[in-house]
Amino acid sequence: MSQNSPSGWKENKKTSRYKARLGLIMFFIYVVIYGGFILINVTYPRLMKLDVGSLNLAIVYGFGLIFIAIILAVIYNFLCSRAEKKADESKGDDEK
Amino acid sequence: MNYEASPLAVGIFIAFIAVVLIISYRFARRTKSSNEYFAAGGSVHWSVNGIAFAGDYLSAASFLGICGLIAAYGYDGFLYSIGYLGGWIVALFIIAEPMKRMGKFTFTDALDSKFDSKGIKLVGAISTLVVSVFYLIPQMVGAGTLITPLLGAPYEAGVIIVGAIVIVIVATAGMASTTYVQFLKGGLLIVFTLILVLLVLTRGFSTAPNQGGQVRFHEPVTIGVTSVADDSVAIADNSYKVEKTFHVQDMTFIELLKDDTMTIWKLNEEGKVLEETQTVTKLADGTELYNGAPKDQNKFYQVGNMSVINGSTDVANQPADLLSFFETIKTGVVDVWKTATIADGEQTITVYYQVPTSGVDILGPGQEYKVDPEKGATITDQLNFVSLMLALFLGTAALPHILIRYFTVKSPSAARKSTIVAIIAIGVFYILTLYIGLGAMTSGVLDMTNNNMAAPLLAKSFGVAIFAVISAIAFATILGTVSGLLVASSGAIAHDVMDRFLNMKLSEKKKVGAGKITALAVGCFAIVLGILFKGMNVSFLVGWAFAVAASANLPSIIMLLFWKKTTAKGIIASITVGLISSITLILLSQDTFNKVYHLVNVQAPIQINNPAIFSVPLSFLALVIVSLATRGPAPANNIKVKNIIGAD
Repeated sequence: MSQNSPSGWKENKKTSRYKARLGLIMFFIYVVIYGGFILINVTYPRLMKLDVGSLNLAIVYGFGLIFIAIILAVIYNFLCSRAEKKADESKGDDEK
Repeated sequence: MNYEASPLAVGIFIAFIAVVLIISYRFARRTKSSNEYFAAGGSVHWSVNGIAFAGDYLSAASFLGICGLIAAYGYDGFLYSIGYLGGWIVALFIIAEPMKRMGKFTFTDALDSKFDSKGIKLVGAISTLVVSVFYLIPQMVGAGTLITPLLGAPYEAGVIIVGAIVIVIVATAGMASTTYVQFLKGGLLIVFTLILVLLVLTRGFSTAPNQGGQVRFHEPVTIGVTSVADDSVAIADNSYKVEKTFHVQDMTFIELLKDDTMTIWKLNEEGKVLEETQTVTKLADGTELYNGAPKDQNKFYQVGNMSVINGSTDVANQPADLLSFFETIKTGVVDVWKTATIADGEQTITVYYQVPTSGVDILGPGQEYKVDPEKGATITDQLNFVSLMLALFLGTAALPHILIRYFTVKSPSAARKSTIVAIIAIGVFYILTLYIGLGAMTSGVLDMTNNNMAAPLLAKSFGVAIFAVISAIAFATILGTVSGLLVASSGAIAHDVMDRFLNMKLSEKKKVGAGKITALAVGCFAIVLGILFKGMNVSFLVGWAFAVAASANLPSIIMLLFWKKTTAKGIIASITVGLISSITLILLSQDTFNKVYHLVNVQAPIQINNPAIFSVPLSFLALVIVSLATRGPAPANNIKVKNIIGAD
């Protein structure tokens, strides 16, 4: 099944459901990492000043949260685009 | 400090404004329908929309406010960058595609897509307006802050100029011109921020930074103390006369008189010296004295340096790379400047005093937000920190001016892709803010009276050309964001209230006209607010906007998507409770008492400064309780909810 819109886009509902679930999973992965950052700051802030090479944990974790957001976003898009492409292909096969 | 306008800066600024107006004029001729006015016809390419997202989002708070906070407090300012970026994860994984599926012009459209409820239309529009106004204030404050160093004009002129230009942008072509102004600004901001970081790394660190030889570094002096009594001191330098002693918290400040000029010194009992401070004295008649003299005598100097670099107190221009930049700070000592306020009869003295702080502390949490119980942090302090991080994380995906950008692209997948472009662009920018903020903190460029100017003043230390470009971009930053806020506000009034709530059945032409008139009215209101809130840190103010958005808007969006028992009345209750609770907590908070009402030494009823930790759960709770209480047999609703997230 697909959803139609006035602006012309069509969506396969199964694909949409897959994307929504994938989004939720990735969201919770990030929430855990973000929550860990807050938790360390509140419960044991001195840990944030721990040396990590030439940096410290605060900077590594802070930069890490930004880089992980970018990496998760790219992975999410890759998986969603692949699912959309598969749905388009199977729709094409059905039409044949 | 005194600022002098540079003709180059004025020229670049005018050129940028000309480009913006040409864009607006070009799109104005095409903007005939409400779809074109409120959603740029839904035809913007996702890559353009992604950079426009960055241009919309990277506001005065991000560029001026965060850099200023990092320059003042070190790592704690960077927490804003982390929280703001984290918020985009909520936008991407939860909101982006469903928002495009559900909405047409406004975020209220999306909320109401399942119910067609007049109540949702009204409270959604009110929430949009309130959040937009909270967000507008810091943008206008940023505009006023920038205008003096850029054009030499007074603060109020900056606010009025930005207000007027933005009204023209929005009132001519709405979302279409706004999109391309934001795209242009977003791209320029990231490129020139990167250039500024490269300049910072190339110049490196000095114990006596002199801005490339342009400005002599002022080494704060000390006076020997020969004896300390309870209420006075005796000093070694007889050219000074000891006047008064002030005790503020656990510090002692001494007022000295020399050549008819009053100065304030901080007593260092352990070292038996008086340490030089800087002061701004507000006299009973409103006159302000800077270090005891009128402002135009230029006695107030720029500050910020490392007093120890690699174990040495005499280092000049030690360059750094992306990693050694932090290592140099971590192993050194940074002279941080802090603030105390003295109430002396009818005059108020703001004292800026130097505190040598280890680089380890600068690069870790705790300079602004107390979180360590061993350093005196209370449960309230810790809740404050958690609440701020919660508001920043949940606020982004609830900002109406961000959400409406999902309606400018063709499809849900384009909405997703544009969000990813935004995350990459914004993420890179936020990493750069740490270099710029710490660079400003250690380059002798800080104006203690205005930490919003940290980034432009850092740019100025590399010459007037880069300063001119950075200032013009900072101004453009404000134009882009305010334009987005005005489009969101005009959509709330013209589309949500007039067309859908009041059912006025406006023609396309009249609806666009109503949107333009609303943009004019909100723009004028923003000008007034910008003037009233002069002097507030812009990132601090934006923290409130995020808290209100997270409390009022996000719970209803999330529950609409993921809880099939959500009802229209539940959504209305959620938005209402979120709005009222967050605003009430803000108005009664200690920060508001001190920084908005200017009540010194008065304890506020609420000690938590960011309300999200209470108001967000309250909003969720209101939705659940009211939805359960008003739930009827509605199998059709279940089907609709499943459709939104794409379930079978």
